Order: sequence, then structure tokens, then C-alpha cells
Amino acid sequence: MNVELRNPNVIMKLSRLGSFHQSKLSFLRSFLKEFKDWEYKRDLFELDQFGYGTAVYSFKKNTRVYSLVCFANELSENERSDRVIATKWDAAFVLHDGVPTKQDIERLRNEVPKQEIGRLSYKELTLSRANKSVRAFDHVVKSLSEGNQPNIELLSKVGYLYRTTAVYGSGKFGLADRFRIKNRQEIYGPFRLEMMLVYLVRQFTFDQVNHVAKHKNPRRAVALDTEISRNLGIGNSTGLGMAPFIVNHPTLLSNWILARETALKTIREIKNVRLEDIKLFKSCLKKSIKNITSWNTDSGYQKKKIKSLLNDLNKFIQLIEKDFNFSKEFIFNHLYLWIEENLGDECIEYIVSMMMEPYDDIVNPLINQMSSEEEKYFNIPTSKTVADLKNILETKYSEILKIDFSKKKNNQNFWFISKNKEEPRMADRFKENGSELEQPLAIARDIKKLYEVLSVSKNSSTIDKFLVNNNDLRHVVRRAFVIEKFPYSEIQDNTISHSIVPIDMLRLKLSFFGALKFDPRSDKWLRINLFQGAPLPQELKNHDSYWVYNSLN
Amino acid sequence: MKSLSEIDTTSKRASKAAGYSWGIAEEVGKNIRLLEMFGLPGIKNLNDFYKKKREQQFENLNLISVNNKTVKFEFCPIICGTNFLDQIKSLENLKEIKFEKIAYPLLFLPFVSRASEIIGKRLYLKLDGNNFLLNFNNNIFSNFFKNEIIKVANDVSIKFLENSNLFSENDWKELYKLSENIFVEESDSLKQSAAGAGLTDND
Repeated sequence: MNVELRNPNVIMKLSRLGSFHQSKLSFLRSFLKEFKDWEYKRDLFELDQFGYGTAVYSFKKNTRVYSLVCFANELSENERSDRVIATKWDAAFVLHDGVPTKQDIERLRNEVPKQEIGRLSYKELTLSRANKSVRAFDHVVKSLSEGNQPNIELLSKVGYLYRTTAVYGSGKFGLADRFRIKNRQEIYGPFRLEMMLVYLVRQFTFDQVNHVAKHKNPRRAVALDTEISRNLGIGNSTGLGMAPFIVNHPTLLSNWILARETALKTIREIKNVRLEDIKLFKSCLKKSIKNITSWNTDSGYQKKKIKSLLNDLNKFIQLIEKDFNFSKEFIFNHLYLWIEENLGDECIEYIVSMMMEPYDDIVNPLINQMSSEEEKYFNIPTSKTVADLKNILETKYSEILKIDFSKKKNNQNFWFISKNKEEPRMADRFKENGSELEQPLAIARDIKKLYEVLSVSKNSSTIDKFLVNNNDLRHVVRRAFVIEKFPYSEIQDNTISHSIVPIDMLRLKLSFFGALKFDPRSDKWLRINLFQGAPLPQELKNHDSYWVYNSLN
Repeated sequence: MKSLSEIDTTSKRASKAAGYSWGIAEEVGKNIRLLEMFGLPGIKNLNDFYKKKREQQFENLNLISVNNKTVKFEFCPIICGTNFLDQIKSLENLKEIKFEKIAYPLLFLPFVSRASEIIGKRLYLKLDGNNFLLNFNNNIFSNFFKNEIIKVANDVSIKFLENSNLFSENDWKELYKLSENIFVEESDSLKQSAAGAGLTDND
């Protein structure tokens, strides 16, 4: 049986993309898998009694070494802010390529805590900073120093000791350009080094909290229980800075989604599903419910989604436990058709993620296909004709072409780069100044405009001639030729509409990172948790790849 | 040191701010990244060009022909380059193209380098006395080693080099003969058991 890949016009809607969940394809899971055989070490730990100072952690294999350099600083309460406009943090981190020398550490000490206004070198790969969850950190220090383990209920509400507020890579602030490292096999999957940084930061937070507790009361203090540590992740506050990424990297976006869609298609095409695979699927599904019931958020929007997810999951569990005949062929195809018919977006995508769990053989080869050589697709094939381009728009953007941009509501917002922090922002074009400096992120509107111009152009004319008078549309001409080869490269929605929910764009990317417990704090930013339940570095070698469902929280 | 990613982003944004469309600004970002990667002064020339563009007009050359002459002002290297790149498929059969007065011609160069990759031919670019052999956008061979601004090139020519070897048939034969010394003579029995041997191929 041949199952078609799912229709991009359905999957690439923002409401659907904003319902994606972590899966076996997620970058943090594939990172742990790739680095499980690497030698982990804490190379330096020079903190004072309050936990301020420098630490270095590393992963090593053969001659390759990646070192996380941490700088923990004193921060007064009124200086602590998760907003990107902050200028000081509890700790700052950089992933260094190789073993840092004393001179490197001194250089980094001067630059890394400054973050965006510091300068890094080609020897550094990723950069980040983080703030303490003060209530969790202080509680853990107090408990440990008194010889007790912390209150698990309190910790499970927070889920981490520190929250990062940005993780930078790929040449930002002088960091190494991707071309310098792209041929390293261990980082073929996207965002591997960003994941490594966050993972090692998590270990630093445990070491720091133990260190401070020990100094507070050397005689009574105990170390944080490993089980409790394992169930703590690293928080992350993410705002609009991440949203344009998925518009600006169309081939990469397509490769991510295509990997997911190919996995689903292949799983649906399995004729005789093995009993042990069904068991594993059911087991992961049931265990995962703990991650939903412990999903804390004050967001009404997210609460509604969680409620509908739980209701739908109950319906699905009822089906697979009582009504479904597992002796037939193409079980996963039947299940998929049922969920598509009976459940909402949030649950459909949740179950799609779960369906991948038994299938390492299907999923693993796809992981290495999730990067992209974007440069290869940059040039516009200008010998094609107006008719060719029109045909692409009609077949690949059919939903977009239906949008009426003469209506104010469809033009409500614009994306711009803020002057004070050089970060992407969105604003109402009818209320705020600056729409003349709009970023090229209104793809739907510009595609529609391109279609209108093409419609009054000569069909046989070649694109080089078309562009002579229409270079204002060049950016979308380029995109249209990209979507011809990359079916999932474009969001099939209006990113400037009055009804846009920008966190859907963030959620899509974060689900591929492997984030859990999305906690929207507005329609423009959210908090998440990374690596909650993940094995600790010393446990990596023999870790259970289903750790994500074993969390106690 | 600025990373190539920073160079690309800032050049793109500056190009939009200088009045080009986003699509062209994207081209310039990639081009300046290429120039700097090849060790040519991209940022320096772009910055100077955009300063000059505030005070001075440049001509847009839209349709490229064999001989391209200015009417009043120097050619804008970015519009001229964009159109050269876009039209390269229809230009590749020409042996040589000439331009008169291209402003800041180093900004024109990466378009030519990228065109070389698209058509799979080496292009030989002359900017007055400065010569550049553009090898499929993989590297640039040049007699220009100065980290300086070239404000204008009065005589610009691009030669399309046909794909041919740089060595004689005799050079090849001699080298091939030497390479044969690693081959081993097969015995008759080995020849008879090699793939396809002993079977009829009429089945």
C-alpha cells in the first residue's frame, strides 16, 4: 500500500504547526543518542562559597573535544530579567571548540558575560545565559544544607533550577560560522551544539546548587538526589526572536517537516505491525500522560489546548484498549485515519509523535536528513518562464491565493527589527510607526502580489526578463522556486493577519528541539522545559531512549 | 573578527536601507560574504559605494548586450551584476562581453563568479589592469592583492572560457603511460573467469 505524504496545505497551517510535540526526531533526543559514547568530564570547578566563579565541562571522543565554559556571577534581584533587553544574568555560558587555554578562559571571562555586546571568536560555537528560578534554587539550597531533599511538589511545579533566555550559534557575535564545522559527522543533525550547551548547563546547575549547600552547612549538607536531578530540566524563555527563523530558512523547515511526514508515511505503510511494537507504542502513550497532567500553565489558551488533548487522548485510549481490532493489517494507517477523523490537531500531532517511538529503523536514517545546504538553492532559475512560476503558485500556494489583502484585518501587522536590541518584533501597522521598514516576512501577501503581476505578464516571457521590472518581488520569486523542490518549506498562512498567534511559530520550532510543557505567557512569548527526565551525563552510555516518558514530574 | 554570517546579515540590511529591494539585498549579502571569504575587500567597497550613492547617480543596466555603454553616469554594479547573473543563460554563447564604466566593480565581481558556477564555465574578468579568473565560484585566481577600494573600472570585459584542458595531448599521454606502471598483467585463467566470460550474451 502506498500512503501519500500529508498535504502541506493542511500540515503547514500555523494552528497545526503550533500543535506539534516532541518526538524521536527531536534534536535533544538525537543529541543524547549521538553523544552517548563520548567521554564526559568536569574539567574545572572554581566557585566561591556563594557559587560564583568559573567551571568547565567537556565531551571528548578521539581527538575532538567540546568544552562548556561557565561564568556564574552575583546578580541582585532588581537586575534579574528574562527579557532579551536584560544586560546581566546569573550565569553566562559558551561552548568552546577544543580545550580552552588559560588565555582563552581569561578572554572569555571578559566577553561571555556581556553576551550580545561581547565578541567571540571562531573558536567558540554557541553562546547562552541563564537566570536562576530563585524560588526553586533557594529552596533546594536551604533543604540540602539542612540535610534534607527538596520538596518534590515545589520542584515539579517549576521543573528546573535555571532558565536560559537565549542560545546563539552560527556566526552570531563572532561565533564560528557553520561552514567551519558542518562536515563533522557528530553534528549532522540540526542544533546539536546548542543542545549540547543546554545539556551541560543543566549539569552545572546541579553542581552549583550542591556546592552552595555544602558551603552553607558543611557538616549537615547532603547532595541533591540523582533521581530528583534527573527530573529537573533547563527552563527557557522564548520570544519573537525565534519566529522569523522558520520563515528565513525554508529548506531547513521543509527538511524537518519532511522527516516527520516521511516517518509517519512509512509507519502507516507497515502491513504487519509486530506485537512488541504495538506494546511499546501503547506503553509510551500511557506513560506520556504524566507529562500532560503535570503540565502547569496560567495561559487560558494553553489550558484549553491541554484539556482538549487530554479528552482526545482518553477517547483514543478507549479505542485502542476496547474497540480497535489489532489483528488487521496496516494498523497504524487505520489508527491514523481514525484520529484524523475524530480528534483535534493537538492530539493528532501528539499521537503522530508517539507512533514513531517503536521505529528506530525508520526514524534514525531521517535524522541526518534534517540539516540543509541552503546556499545550493539560493540562485533563481531565471531561464524558467512566467507560466512555470504561475503554475508553482497555483499548485503550491492555493490557500494563500484565496486571502483578500485589500481587507485591513489581513494586513494588520508588520514584522520589524527593534533598534534597541536588534531583535525581531511584530506590531500593528495601523497603530505603530515603522511599517515602511517592514521585514520581508509577509510572505503570503507578497506571493499574492506576485501572482497578480504574473497574471498580467506574458506567459512565455522568461524570469530574467520578468525580474528586470519586478525586482521588488525578487525575494518571493526565489521562495516560489524553493517550494517547488521543498514541499514543506512555506507556512501556509498569513503571518501578518490580525488573528496570527506568533507563539504557534515558536511552538513548531521548540517541538523539534524536544521541548516539553509549553507555557505561553502571552501570545508572543512562552516558557518551556528542556531535558526534563533526561539521563545525567554519567548515565549517558546506557541510557533508556524512552527517558522522556519516565519523568516523575 | 566578524563572522561571515554577520557580514551577510549586515550587508543585506544595509542594502535594503540604501534603497534596494529585499530580493536584491539578499543577493548583495551573499556576494559580500563571498568576497570576504575569497579575501577580497567586500565590506570596504560596499560601504564606500553606499556613501557615494547618497550624493551621486548611477545608471541601471537592465538588458545586457555584447557592448554595454553608459549614457551619462557610471553603471551601478549591483543592478548590472543582478541582471548579468539573471541573464547568464542567454549570454553564455557570447565569447566576450564588454562594459564601459562600472562603478565599484569589485561589487560586480561576485555576480560574475556565481554566473560561472551556473553555466559551468570559467569566466575571465578584466577590470582595467586587474585580472580575475573565476573558477566555478569555487575560487578566484587574480593579480589583485590590494585591500583597497576600486571606485570605477573604465574598461570591463568578461570572456567565456570554453571547457578545455590546460595541457597538451602529449602531456596527458606521457602521464598516462607512467600511471600504467601500477597495472598487473592478468593470467589466462583469470581472464577466463572474469565477469561475463564464457557465457553467451545473446540471452
